[in-house]
Amino acid sequence: MKPVKFTAIVDHLILITGSLVMILPVVMLLQMASTTDLETMRNGPGLVFGDQIPVNFHKAMFEASGFSGKNTGLNMLYNSMILGFGFAIGKIVIGMMAAYAIVYFRLRFATFAFWIIFTTLLLPLEVRILPSYEIVQKLGMLNTYQGLIIPLIASATATFFFRQFFRSVPEELIEAARIDGAGPIKFFVDILVPLSRTMIAAMFIIMFVYGWNQYLWPTMITTEEGMFTLVRGIKQITQSLEGTNLPEYGKSNILQIIAILPPVLIVIFFQSWFVKGLTDSDK
Amino acid sequence: MAQVTLNALRKIYPNGYEAVKPASFTIEKGEFVVLVGPSGCGKSTMLRLIAGLEDITDGVLHIGERVVNSIDPADRDIAMVFQNYALYPHMTVRKNIGYGLKNRKIAKDIIHQKVEEAAHLLNLTDYLDRKPSQLSGGQRQRVAMGRAIVRDPLLFLFDEPLSNLDAKLRNQMRIEIKALQRRLGVTSVYVTHDQVEAMTMADRIIVMNGGQIEQIGTPSEVYHFPASTFVASFMGAPAMNLLDASVEQGAVVLGGQTIAALAGHGPVTVGIRPEDIVPDAHGDHAIEVTLIEELGAHRILHAIWAGQPVMVSVAKDVVAAVGPLRVAIKAAALSFFDPRTGRRL
Amino acid sequence: MAATDLWSPVHIYGGFMKRAGFSTRWLPILLLLPQLSIILIFFYWPAAHAVKSSFYLQDPFGFGETFVGMKNYTALLKSSAYLRSAQFTVIFTLIVTMLSLSLALLLAVKADKVIKGAKTYRTLLMWVYAVAPPVAGVIGLVLFDQSWGPLKDFFGLFGWDFRLGVTYFDTAFAMVVVSVWKQLPVNFIFFLSGLQSIPKSVREAALIDNRSATGRFWDVTFPLLAPTAFFLLIINITYALFDTFGIIDTLAKGEPSNNPMTLVYRVYVDGFRGNDLGGSSAQSVVLMVLVLALTVFQFRMVERRIHYT
Repeated sequence: MKPVKFTAIVDHLILITGSLVMILPVVMLLQMASTTDLETMRNGPGLVFGDQIPVNFHKAMFEASGFSGKNTGLNMLYNSMILGFGFAIGKIVIGMMAAYAIVYFRLRFATFAFWIIFTTLLLPLEVRILPSYEIVQKLGMLNTYQGLIIPLIASATATFFFRQFFRSVPEELIEAARIDGAGPIKFFVDILVPLSRTMIAAMFIIMFVYGWNQYLWPTMITTEEGMFTLVRGIKQITQSLEGTNLPEYGKSNILQIIAILPPVLIVIFFQSWFVKGLTDSDK
Repeated sequence: MAQVTLNALRKIYPNGYEAVKPASFTIEKGEFVVLVGPSGCGKSTMLRLIAGLEDITDGVLHIGERVVNSIDPADRDIAMVFQNYALYPHMTVRKNIGYGLKNRKIAKDIIHQKVEEAAHLLNLTDYLDRKPSQLSGGQRQRVAMGRAIVRDPLLFLFDEPLSNLDAKLRNQMRIEIKALQRRLGVTSVYVTHDQVEAMTMADRIIVMNGGQIEQIGTPSEVYHFPASTFVASFMGAPAMNLLDASVEQGAVVLGGQTIAALAGHGPVTVGIRPEDIVPDAHGDHAIEVTLIEELGAHRILHAIWAGQPVMVSVAKDVVAAVGPLRVAIKAAALSFFDPRTGRRL
Repeated sequence: MAATDLWSPVHIYGGFMKRAGFSTRWLPILLLLPQLSIILIFFYWPAAHAVKSSFYLQDPFGFGETFVGMKNYTALLKSSAYLRSAQFTVIFTLIVTMLSLSLALLLAVKADKVIKGAKTYRTLLMWVYAVAPPVAGVIGLVLFDQSWGPLKDFFGLFGWDFRLGVTYFDTAFAMVVVSVWKQLPVNFIFFLSGLQSIPKSVREAALIDNRSATGRFWDVTFPLLAPTAFFLLIINITYALFDTFGIIDTLAKGEPSNNPMTLVYRVYVDGFRGNDLGGSSAQSVVLMVLVLALTVFQFRMVERRIHYT
């Protein structure tokens, strides 16, 4: 029995080390946010938590950084929420509709539509970022929520997931529904959407996190401070740490933590859905 | 209850594949017709043509008085039971059964009453508020039946409804479905690949092969007078023995021995059911038994007769051993087929 | 229209249409309209635009453009800065992919094995998935801070004078560390679910056939994980190429001049900051070709049946 025990200990040691590597950096941010900026500037991260979190939290949420006085943490949080929800909901609604059309209708140009849509899976926004920017500019959508959200939706990931899922729905269900007198809209609303609940939840989590964490696109598309999201604002905040006499570390670190908290909580609480949704893309 | 008439009904897929060759027959009011055949024979397509789930390429389909060729499945006044039941997994049993009625804008209290009645009939009353995932296979099967019967359809369609059940449940549900159909008197078309189901349930059997109807007849007709070698080998387990023989001067000769009288000249295929070969010490024919399969109620003797394999079914009290055996045949039970076309002579 | 196409080519290629689909005409078009219009405006238009601009030279003040043919491309090949970025991108991608894949595999195998605390470990090892890349970058800034960064101090013990943002190698090192940290969870999740989908009977058969746990892993488990690993390989390459933007940008502190840069970051820097639209578009097109090549490679490999089903 002894060697078995030994390997088990090694296994746990490896896992504990891994877990610590994952957690400690964020604990470090939190610790720094709990001390005064002066303390941080002198000694950096320490082992003891201070009592400055409420003070720093207040600063982060309600005191504006930058020049316009508009990008308080609260405002950025609001913008992040709009981006996260807008992106996730938009993507799911549009994706479900398109997938439904592709899977369940006899369309003359179905093959064509299919390829048009799924080619978008090949090229991430990053490689066509400048022309996308130009077009959004031409359409007068800079510094708007539409300009922020819609171009991000222009890829077919959700459509692809839902297409996969719809195809796995047994053929007989639509036949039974047709005999039961359900038309295309009724079938979608009464049967397909309720059946997709888990899938929708999984998609929502993945898409929310993806939208919330967008950085490059918001950096380009929003120049007005009132439009900044938390993740977008980080750059400005960290840059403001440089070359100041007493950088506002506490405020900055609290903002970092607020920026990761909503997506992290969603991922942790809805873990099983999220994992299922994510790993189904492997199929 | 309605008469169903198919007139040269045909299905060709866009790629040119002819799934159902022109088929004509009439299903009488209240009749239980079973479509049987191996997979890919077109029986399911035929059912789906009747249901309206496939477009009819050619021909005319009547259900009752109406030509229904271009009528939507929901308006054909039919009900269908699917192989995997196709229950809506997110709806309770009650909602599953009532969904079709709800779509027809029938008043709520009437739906309620009809669902209760159907549930009572099918012993589902205690399960009405469960989801399909909380039911056993047999119960799901009953819900699918319930969904069909609440609609008081002109026609029931069954698409291999028992193939997902285990053997014991299958036997039980077979009887239940048949009894229910008798009781409601609704015209029914039932698709299966299982010839036992076909034999036991049907008023009439339609045997299909390669998109074509091979034979239409009562179970007894199909069993005793198969119209082709295909029907002969498909219906009945163990299958009918098919032996190569020849007709010489008005007699069928097998292994140098005359077994029956038949006009004509040339090769012939002789069909003998395994139970029509009887061990008999004074029999005219000699076979060589190579293997004995014990089935409890009876035994199957695998043997060689004139160089060709045959199966002989004997009752459990018949003593049998590997080795030479003398047998007699019931001449009246023989079938003869043209070896080239496979058709009955 | 009798178009139920059970046997059509579409169906043979995996089919994306149901047998008994609806034949209403206007509804599917209506359903597809939002998706198609967004894609046309925000995908195909910009992509076409990028290809077109890559053959033009833009006036820096926005007055007109001149057709220059392949000049933007040849300029790229001659630019030592671009080639350096390309070289860095390749090395960066390789190291990040290999490190994050192997570490994640190790953790997943252990997490799959332990009985106690399996769920806790899973949560602790995956939540970083939700951390935004620039926040990960900021964490890197703290860890490697010049005056009190804990990791910088740690390396100092071994006489390594770590200078983030000053020494090219050190900055690159920090970028790799942070990128691996951020990517570990995704790989971990996939490997763990891959391991858990290996049938129990197969594991038991291996248990009987092979006494050594290591042997069992390499002979049975690893080959069965190959499809997952291959899928992850592509995901990781894409990640290292594109999704590390936030990390690179933060760690370079917006001062790209002397710091290592990935190709995607360079598209942004040259085009958005440097206003070299033609050159940046040419870079975009090069990246597009790269991604397409990667996809073709992926399809090829899938065809060669890494799957055992």
